[in-house]
Amino acid sequence: MHIPDGFIDVQTSAIFAGLAAAGVATALKGARTQLDEKTAPLAGLTAVFIFAVQMLNFPVAAGTSGHLLGGALAAVLVGPWAATLALAVVLIMQGFLFADGGLTAIGLNVFNMGVIGVWAGYGIFLVLRKILPKNKSSISLAAAIGGLLSVPAAAVGFTIQYAMGATATFSVSTVLGAMVGTHILIGIGEAFITGLTVSAVLASRSDLVYGWKNNVQKLEIRSAH
Amino acid sequence: MGERLYLHRHSLVHSLPSHLKIIAAIAFILIIVSTPITQWGAFIAYILWLLTVVFIAKIPFSLLFKRSLIEIPFIFFAILMPFFGTGEKIQVGPFDLYREGLIAGSGIVAKGTLGVMTAIILSTSTTAREILRGLERLRLPVLMVQIASFMLRYVNVVNDEMERMKVARESRGFEATGVKHWKVLATAAGALFIRSYERGERVHLSMLSRGYEGVLPHEEQIEHKATVWLKAMMYPLVAATIFIAQLLIEKM
Repeated sequence: MHIPDGFIDVQTSAIFAGLAAAGVATALKGARTQLDEKTAPLAGLTAVFIFAVQMLNFPVAAGTSGHLLGGALAAVLVGPWAATLALAVVLIMQGFLFADGGLTAIGLNVFNMGVIGVWAGYGIFLVLRKILPKNKSSISLAAAIGGLLSVPAAAVGFTIQYAMGATATFSVSTVLGAMVGTHILIGIGEAFITGLTVSAVLASRSDLVYGWKNNVQKLEIRSAH
Repeated sequence: MGERLYLHRHSLVHSLPSHLKIIAAIAFILIIVSTPITQWGAFIAYILWLLTVVFIAKIPFSLLFKRSLIEIPFIFFAILMPFFGTGEKIQVGPFDLYREGLIAGSGIVAKGTLGVMTAIILSTSTTAREILRGLERLRLPVLMVQIASFMLRYVNVVNDEMERMKVARESRGFEATGVKHWKVLATAAGALFIRSYERGERVHLSMLSRGYEGVLPHEEQIEHKATVWLKAMMYPLVAATIFIAQLLIEKM
């Protein structure tokens, strides 16, 4: 569920389209230095992965279910640059092909989920990785908490846009309370799924996890009996 | 994915170049969202014009409405608005509604619906690959276009992969009913990531072996005649005419 056309006024949409474009441009630069000509296939397949995993339903209770948003997960798995690009592409394609999110609101959506969601999640992950002991379970834990907070952070982004150019009549404080409240609940689900998914990837191919890459484990020699 | 959304027909709308259609769609939506909702006469004219274009594009109305259902969550939000608010109240049927909330709510529904339907006309009359080519002509960075084309090319492959994993889980008697099953599903998501990533690596290596250096070969640019431009721009131009006419009527 993304912001549709006409929900936020044209001026604010234009400002955030500019900010989102700047964020994507920075990510393009960052990805080129980090991945060079590998960027397109890897960020492309990450976009596919996010798109697919958003369709994987996680049952909550009584017939309701939720799905992953994936900003923090993508950032931890492939790095924040490629994650921003992948999410931006997913959102642009959702707007143009599925009419999910307005065409004039793409900038707003990319800014909230592709820039704030990814970077808030990744920033928290980096801080926690520094503090926590250097092992695989702390990577999963840091990713989980990054996932937890990335979702309400994106909701705060939405609230700022709402405060700047809403066409609706709910007061900003009501929207802030409702958005952050519900998104903390969503964030709890995001945290569990992000943490569990990262630990699943760490268990079988830890070399693929960007947030773990520099920690090469020493070769362990065990006696054979 | 994109191919399932596209509806093959021979119509004027289908035949127009995609980048012009994208410009037209965005211009149309910008005019719509700039119109105050209190000018409800203009909105009736907009929707009639939109439905005319749907008819010209030979898109079945049932398909249009079915695909419009995606905006239901926001309609729900808009419906709540007249009930919770402040200020002047008016009586509508059995309900006591807030005037401001009612106006803002109907504005969100009207503008959102016109926006969604415009995007549906675009994606139903243009293949996903053409939309991408249109975005490329409109200067979307080449790398973004490439990422998006990988996404389009592999989305079915990865979805099938996910479907196979689901069949495998279910054939072993697994049924996800609650939070306690999240670990299994998250492991599946992790496996899906590894398979997607490894496919990305494989694709990258096969591209390198075919001489890829970071850019894809370009097709030559075609210049479009003014008449083609004009035909494509009819969509926003009629809306602009409605907008101006409404302003003039108001002045009188």
